[in-house]
Amino acid sequence: MKFVLLLAGLLISYSTMALPPLSFSQVAPGVYLHTAAHHWPDRDNHGEIANIGFIVGERCVAVIDSGGSPQQGAALRNTIKQVTAKPVCYVINTHVHPDHIYGNIAFKEPGVQFVGHHKLARAMATRGDHYLGRAAELLDIQVNQDNIIPPDIEVKDNLTLNLGNRELLLTAHPSAHTDNDLSVYDKTTDTMWLADLLFLEHIPVIDGSIKGWLSEMERLEKNHYKLVVSGHGHLVKDWPASLQPQKAYLTGLATEVRAMIKQGKTLEQAVNSVGLPAKKNWQLYEQFHRKNVTIAFAELEWED
Amino acid sequence: MHKLNNIVYLLALMILPATAAAEGDDITWNTVLKSQFFAGKNIEESNTVIELDAPYRAEDPAIVPVKVTSKFPQSKDKYIKKIWLFVDKNPFPFVGEFEFFPESGKADLALRVRVNTYSDIRAVAETNDGKFSMTKKFVKASGGCSAPIGADLDEAMKRLGKVKFRLDDGVQSGQPALTQLMISHPNLTGMQMDQMTRFIRKSHFIDQLKVTFNGKPVLNAKIDIAISADPNFRFYFVPDKAGELKAEFTDVSCESPTSRNVCSKGGSYSQSYTVSP
Repeated sequence: MKFVLLLAGLLISYSTMALPPLSFSQVAPGVYLHTAAHHWPDRDNHGEIANIGFIVGERCVAVIDSGGSPQQGAALRNTIKQVTAKPVCYVINTHVHPDHIYGNIAFKEPGVQFVGHHKLARAMATRGDHYLGRAAELLDIQVNQDNIIPPDIEVKDNLTLNLGNRELLLTAHPSAHTDNDLSVYDKTTDTMWLADLLFLEHIPVIDGSIKGWLSEMERLEKNHYKLVVSGHGHLVKDWPASLQPQKAYLTGLATEVRAMIKQGKTLEQAVNSVGLPAKKNWQLYEQFHRKNVTIAFAELEWED
Repeated sequence: MHKLNNIVYLLALMILPATAAAEGDDITWNTVLKSQFFAGKNIEESNTVIELDAPYRAEDPAIVPVKVTSKFPQSKDKYIKKIWLFVDKNPFPFVGEFEFFPESGKADLALRVRVNTYSDIRAVAETNDGKFSMTKKFVKASGGCSAPIGADLDEAMKRLGKVKFRLDDGVQSGQPALTQLMISHPNLTGMQMDQMTRFIRKSHFIDQLKVTFNGKPVLNAKIDIAISADPNFRFYFVPDKAGELKAEFTDVSCESPTSRNVCSKGGSYSQSYTVSP
């Protein structure tokens, strides 16, 4: 009998646990950021591993990425309520990955519009079943199709959202980190929210196009921003200096992989030999580097 | 007391996924695949005919390199006729059925597959004496943000039907030559979340592949959605003289990702490559 109670206790402990407080800092007037620690998504952190936040205008609030679990989404919603009485009017998803969208359901109510890249809905359709099917096992969270909320507003190139005397400029990027990356620029504070187009400390993860990402970086590097928010990493105040490690890693990867393809080497050989010295520079290298080599190889072998 | 046992059992089942899957099991093989593909056949588990290489951890579940190596050269007297590949726990476990010939030189095959979850990958070989042997490897599919789809479907779609042959090790007359065949195709698995996102996309994949050299068969394959986007195969053929290496393939579109009952034929493609040893 004791055994039964113990098991039952384990099963309900997480769902009934009081929402953990979410640490936020106001990085610029009206711009709130939760900076996550770098972890592989697992049953302990429930996939709550991405930077998430919100921007407050005179009329309403825009959420930028809702969190890695429904619980984190609810915690984010509670934080917003403590900060301001203004309602949430937009939930912007910067891309399809679960650590950025699984909090969406906490904001699903009349008056809230979900915003994403014009390819986000398709990415949700192709990947949703796979993500949902493994969430209980890998992340210890309960999610179903209601947790995958496609955008009400799709951004094809650019779109300006007005939060009341505060304009956010949204840009849908060509395939880079994923094929559905959306960035958010807050004109009021000169803050560029790049999300996973920028990784710091945490190894960059390619799930779109290495060539596309390199060319987007070249374009973004020429711009001046007072603040840049990454999807994984600290707040950037020295743009574009903080972009350089990611740029160096991806440039080196492309160069080495191209050389191996030219020499007639195989994907398996590339995975075991490309980019080994980069290990010392990045957290979660073991978890993502060989995936990056794989995906870069599969793209670059079609170049000519 | 009986009720209590049931509760314990139920609870245990509910928490099982957390601890299960440390290694493969033969459940799908024994209950489905064996009778579906090899009814009445005696299959010996052994490494004496073929060996199977696969990474222990699938770094990208959309692109998992798998290699079958034969333990003897193809000759008229003794050769491997067919190799089947399965990923047990995929929604559609059948990867492909590959037919080889004495003229293939070596019945080796390397390809890239999709692996949805922790699973055994299984290779079955039939030799010309009618015997079957099987070997398997357990693969841990990576979690995280990956999905067994393909990163940039639009790029693959734009290149659809583009084919490349690579013979990087060169060719010597009469010796088995390693060939890489690259086909650009998104090999769509099909999408299912239509009720929310309105996406109703059928599967769209290469189903038949035939490779010949000077009109003689080198490799015939029946393949399916477990083949990664931009299918990539490495295999051998024997160039006895100068000639034409040719790949012909067709694609198909099926209503359901996991059934092949309702499918409509797609396109036919062909690409040749001149070989001069």
